[in-house]
Amino acid sequence: MIRPGWILAAASLALAGAIGARAVPPPVLVNDALIAGETLPRTLEDFGFFQDQAGRIPANRVVPYTLNTPLYSDGADKLRYIYLPEGTEMAADGEGLLKFPVGSAIIKTFAFGEGEDQRFIETRVLLHRTDGWLALPYRWNDDQSDTRLAVAGARIALTTPEGEEISYRVPNKNQCKQCHTKDGEVTPIGPKARNLSADWLADRVSAGHLGTMPQVAAHFPDWSAREDISDVNSLARAYLDVNCAHCHQPGSMASNSGLDLRWEQHDGQAVGIRKPPVAAGRGAGGYAVSIAPGNPDASIMVHRMSSIEPGVAMPELGKGTVDKDGLAVIRKWIAEMPAQ
Amino acid sequence: MLRFTLAAIALASAAPLLAETHTITPGEGAQERLQEALILAEPGDEIVLEAGRYALTDGLSLDVDNVTVRGAGMNESVIDFTNQQGAGEGLLVTSDGVTLRDFGIENAKGDGIKSKGADQIIYHAIRVEWTNGPDASNGAYGIYPVEASDILVQDSYVRGASDAGIYVGQSKNIIVRRNRVVENVAGIEIENSMGAEVTENLATRNTGGILVFDLPSLPQVGGRSVLVARNAVIDNNTDNFAPEGNIVASVPAGTGVMVMANTDVQVLDNALINNATSHVMLVAYAQDYEDERFQPLPANVVVRGNVYGSGGSAPDFPGGDAVVAALGGALPPVLSDGLHQNLALEDAVPMVSMGFTRRGQPVTEAKPEIIQPVVAGASPELPPITLPEGMEARLK
Repeated sequence: MIRPGWILAAASLALAGAIGARAVPPPVLVNDALIAGETLPRTLEDFGFFQDQAGRIPANRVVPYTLNTPLYSDGADKLRYIYLPEGTEMAADGEGLLKFPVGSAIIKTFAFGEGEDQRFIETRVLLHRTDGWLALPYRWNDDQSDTRLAVAGARIALTTPEGEEISYRVPNKNQCKQCHTKDGEVTPIGPKARNLSADWLADRVSAGHLGTMPQVAAHFPDWSAREDISDVNSLARAYLDVNCAHCHQPGSMASNSGLDLRWEQHDGQAVGIRKPPVAAGRGAGGYAVSIAPGNPDASIMVHRMSSIEPGVAMPELGKGTVDKDGLAVIRKWIAEMPAQ
Repeated sequence: MLRFTLAAIALASAAPLLAETHTITPGEGAQERLQEALILAEPGDEIVLEAGRYALTDGLSLDVDNVTVRGAGMNESVIDFTNQQGAGEGLLVTSDGVTLRDFGIENAKGDGIKSKGADQIIYHAIRVEWTNGPDASNGAYGIYPVEASDILVQDSYVRGASDAGIYVGQSKNIIVRRNRVVENVAGIEIENSMGAEVTENLATRNTGGILVFDLPSLPQVGGRSVLVARNAVIDNNTDNFAPEGNIVASVPAGTGVMVMANTDVQVLDNALINNATSHVMLVAYAQDYEDERFQPLPANVVVRGNVYGSGGSAPDFPGGDAVVAALGGALPPVLSDGLHQNLALEDAVPMVSMGFTRRGQPVTEAKPEIIQPVVAGASPELPPITLPEGMEARLK
């Protein structure tokens, strides 16, 4: 039991030290007014999500998270954080997307390169304002010292972890919305309870960041451990949910295709099994159905995942290279489907 | 420009700003300048594309209501996507009340212009072209509004689409008029839509001129009430260059007007000339489906007042030659698979029925039969399509 007097004394000592020797920098406070405001901030730094200019050390109440099955994004390393304003918490909504309070933010930095050579390319933020979510892309400069709002997006030459030279696309503000819009409203995609670990969720509950522990029947598999996972159906359906379903579901960008790749969709034809294409054009590649059970080589889904050609390649955004691992899982999943 | 507009957004309050005109010029940085203007536009603004060529690498998108994008003419302001590296279309519109006019789009890697859920959209004097002509590697649709109400496409030109030049899908209340569609697989296609007028268009050198289709298992099913009138549908004999798997890949070369699985379709007062398979074709949806909402047969079709030129002499389906030989050199102007319901053929021309008794029968089982016309009284016309008040006034 520490008496209050000790705390005061310790605090004043620390304060004296900070003022005297500047040993402790002043704490970085997240700019709540900017998150909830109406402007489009010019730089990421303005928000105060990070204690350092390099964007590596999160500020207070900026909490890192990972996803069990992540979006491919050409194999980029992703550093993900949520921010909740003081005195607020998230609410569980079954297995689905956590409900974020107004004033919260979701931050995701895309990086390429190993260890010392790791370079930040862009940081995307989702701001929960009173009139809904706003998605903004920030591009890091070459010497990693600063970011700039890139409403029109950008193209950047880089090398993927697989060693492929690509022209990486930083999405423009509209392209952010293309993936993040459901029923006309911008929405987060990643932080669904079923795609987060039970440990992380429990930590959030005990930290007072999440009202109750979500009831999740089955979490998405850990994609990084896919070699050891025998349940190819779960792997494939989680992969499709994460990489495709933000567009391919009712109320989203590719709703008119009739293809619904959400985890919770159980109708085989809606998922693509023996489903003829609608507006695929040459993307159909001469194949009759999205998924031909037992025959990945006759499945439009495999054909489009295997392509990087605009107009054929799926996903349309966020892909400059073929996801070989994802493709292998989908091929195996289709190959193992009974043909009749 | 960016600095100024950001300041404007910061100042924006309940009071709307006056509509502004943002003028874009071709040349260095056009990709970013044009896309930025499309993003930062305020409702009511006009984005002007000065004459010239805009060579872009990425698809464009617009998500602000009531914006006009205007060029100096379909051949003067040209957005060239020959070197496009990303996105599924040249221009994507997802907001309401948008007017696109007087510019051209060339060689988009996917679709030309797609508008999704974009109500009250106008496409006026737009050109979408794949300049190499018919080619399976061209994009699918030229002008592609989908899942919307109140659509006007007029005075536009589309060439080379590997699916449909003008495709309106899963929409309501549609006018497609005075367009020229040339060397596409389908010239104009109205699919899974309710209430459309396709009038005074020229459809020529496509595989099929004008298609009215309904497909199962889509969010909107039950296409009906489509008027196809006063069009010139001529020489639609281009070999089908659609990639297989797509529904239009099954359209025979030489098709004038084709109605599949739609209800209340009227084909009136068209000039149908030199379409080598059939001027007017009625067919059922032939594939298997699981969709209780779907009605696979064409029903309540009226054919009246059309002018029929030569045609039907080289039908593009297996056994077509034998049928033609048996019928004395050409099929009659109207062809049905025999499964249609309630056809009012009110023109004094014969029809050939393939005599199918169930969907999906192979042509080898056809029992072709000529049915002579019995012209009775004229069927009542469909109610006219009316666009919301003020919509067309945007073009003034």
